[in-house]
Amino acid sequence: MSTEQEQVQVEDYKYGFHFPDESVFKTERGLNEAVIHAISDHKNEPEWMREFRLESLRTFRAKPMPNWGGDLSGIDFENICYYAKPSEKQYDSWDDVPAAIKETYDRLGIPEAERKYLAGVGAQYDSEMVYHNIQQELKDKGVIFTDPETAVREHPDLVRKFFGTVIPYSDNKFAALNSAVWSGGSFVYIPPGVHVDVPLQAYFRINSQNFGQFERTLIIADEGSFVHYVEGCTAPVFATDSLHSAVVEIIALEGARVRYSTIQNWSSDVYNLVTKRGVAYKDATVEWVDGNLGSKRTMKYPAVWLMGEGAHGEILSIAFGGKGQEQDTGGKCVHCASNTSSVITSKSISKDGGIASYRGQIKVEPGLTNVRSHVECDALILDPESKSNTYPYMDIMSDDVSIEHEARVSKISEEQLFYLTSRGMDEEEASTMIVNGFLDPLVKQLPMEYAVELNRLIELEMEGSVG
Amino acid sequence: MKLEIRDLRAQIDDTPILKGIDLTMESGQLHALMGPNGSGKSTLSNVIFGHPSYEVTGGEILVDGQNILELETHERARLGLFMAFQYPVEIPGVTVGRFLKRAAEIRFGEEDFKASAFIKELRSWLDFMDMDQNFINRYLNEGFSGGEKKRMEVLQMLMLKPSFAVMDETDSGLDIDALRIVANGLNELRGPDFGGMVITHYQRILDYIKPDFVHIMYKGTIVTSGGRELVEALEERGYDWIRKQHGIEEEENEKEIVHEH
Ligand SMILES: Nc1ncnc2c1ncn2[C@@H]1O[C@H](COP(=O)(O)OP(=O)(O)OP(=O)(O)O)[C@@H](O)[C@H]1O
Ligand SMILES: [Mg+2]
Repeated sequence: MSTEQEQVQVEDYKYGFHFPDESVFKTERGLNEAVIHAISDHKNEPEWMREFRLESLRTFRAKPMPNWGGDLSGIDFENICYYAKPSEKQYDSWDDVPAAIKETYDRLGIPEAERKYLAGVGAQYDSEMVYHNIQQELKDKGVIFTDPETAVREHPDLVRKFFGTVIPYSDNKFAALNSAVWSGGSFVYIPPGVHVDVPLQAYFRINSQNFGQFERTLIIADEGSFVHYVEGCTAPVFATDSLHSAVVEIIALEGARVRYSTIQNWSSDVYNLVTKRGVAYKDATVEWVDGNLGSKRTMKYPAVWLMGEGAHGEILSIAFGGKGQEQDTGGKCVHCASNTSSVITSKSISKDGGIASYRGQIKVEPGLTNVRSHVECDALILDPESKSNTYPYMDIMSDDVSIEHEARVSKISEEQLFYLTSRGMDEEEASTMIVNGFLDPLVKQLPMEYAVELNRLIELEMEGSVG
Repeated sequence: MKLEIRDLRAQIDDTPILKGIDLTMESGQLHALMGPNGSGKSTLSNVIFGHPSYEVTGGEILVDGQNILELETHERARLGLFMAFQYPVEIPGVTVGRFLKRAAEIRFGEEDFKASAFIKELRSWLDFMDMDQNFINRYLNEGFSGGEKKRMEVLQMLMLKPSFAVMDETDSGLDIDALRIVANGLNELRGPDFGGMVITHYQRILDYIKPDFVHIMYKGTIVTSGGRELVEALEERGYDWIRKQHGIEEEENEKEIVHEH
């Protein structure tokens, strides 16, 4: 009881509680070959995956840190624990999950999600899936929704064919790091023609101090299939820096459509450096909905490579940069085929000296016709201390291309506040209402309970902001 | 409710606009405020609600004896004051339904608030105002026509049932049918517990609502007050008549400008 009270008081951050660390296996802090072997041994991996990890580690060491997109000098790679496993078991039903873990989930509203979406809850406690539940119906359709470790064991052909093909370990320093030490995440395979009607959800959180989270997600949508994958995330507050560096790969084969929605709300000490990329083949669609709150620095630019004619890419990015935070987010679309289209929509809010930057790229390969792209960036700046930047890059090598780019920066107007306060709302509530309104066109595209959660998170961010 | 304005003076950017306003208005009464463009009518309503751009340099505003000048805008609203804006602002992304639900919760108390009754009432007032039901899900004032914005102000007033409402040119920009609807709306609210001040340039709305008192504002002061007969005199003879009646001298430079045109 006393321990729990102490923990709950850690910070004012609303999700800033955490429970005793019950990890049963943990590597030493720091990164070296021995750590890789320990992870690989512990996961009982085949030799090819061990080799992949070791090669990735060599690449990680050889690559320089990115010198753009925000200050990363606070990351101490030698002071991070790269792997911890909380319990031995996977659970098929909620009743089997240990009480301490359940309590964590309770506070995150997981049972709620469970009730609403019995389809498949993949929840990550530290770096391991501890709870997994796939509705029989999905199994019958041949859908695979599991953690990547299981996939490596049970579906080696699929994994070897696609793993690391969209984001090779050599892509960037943090993709290399993830490839070396990845643990947990999701593996999804949707067979040809199968439409998954309910969103697949994974909910995870960091629960060990100084414990980086390196989950790895691979989604393969076979021809003509559809899936909406939803990932939510919220982390407790720790005194020292944490690192979250995930890799998400999506493959949408001919005529498939994959939608991937995320809302992340990391505590303000986390570096959130995620590489997300999808490839869309002929007539396929890849959509990213990416909401980023919290964290110390976020660098995240979901990308879509349009590989076949008729392919479509869509990226919706929402960022909230609060005090001491820097959200460097955006999107990237690479047109590699004729008759392809892409849309990037970004909405950012900065407050209390926070920085929200849009960084985006549209690339069109040579010799293409009928390529269309639309980029729209809206920034809302809540006070004079806060900043918004826009870095749009265009790399257009064909002529028959229509590219539109719109950027707007706005402030909350005195007249809007006056109008709402004249109807009885205090200034804080009025500002929050305006901010939520600013985001509404994007929030509407989220599944209901995530939309509600995002609105609530914005309310928390806005609390005490007006004085 | 009793609203007393005593020797109210206010300025914007060091330019005095209100130069000593005295007005006493009570529940059960309907007042009309008229006056030429730029005379300070909207300034007066904004100052009553505590708009941050205006600096009050003298006088007081009392609601049932309590000076409200120190209160914040939302606190004044919570006393039961309501303003229908001359130029309602657009609030993108905030639906009419969501906004009004919150305003109603504040007005009537969250404990007593019943969502189903609220929606039912909202729907019936929308019908009353001859507005489409889909306004509930539209973003507040965004893309509304001028007349629709004015109807929305009246709709809010009908929902929130203020004790005292200031309506700033709610009749401007309305077609003939809408004008009658707005007047009917206002008449619905009238009763011993409701007071209002209607700012207008036109006799037409006043024919419908029949105000008890008429005040004429000129260059930041109320130059004359009376009954409905004032409106007819004004309509016939224009503001020149007021000037002559009250011996107001044009300032020299203003005269020149008038002559140039
Ligand atoms: N921000 C401002 N800066 C300078 N002058 C202002 C400002 N706002 C209002 N004024 C001036 O204050 C005076 C009174 O304006 P107000 O809007 O109160 O007039 P009104 O009586 O409502 O006019 P109308 O009938 O045209 O609505 C005008 O001369 C106007 O130009
Ligand atoms: Mg006016």
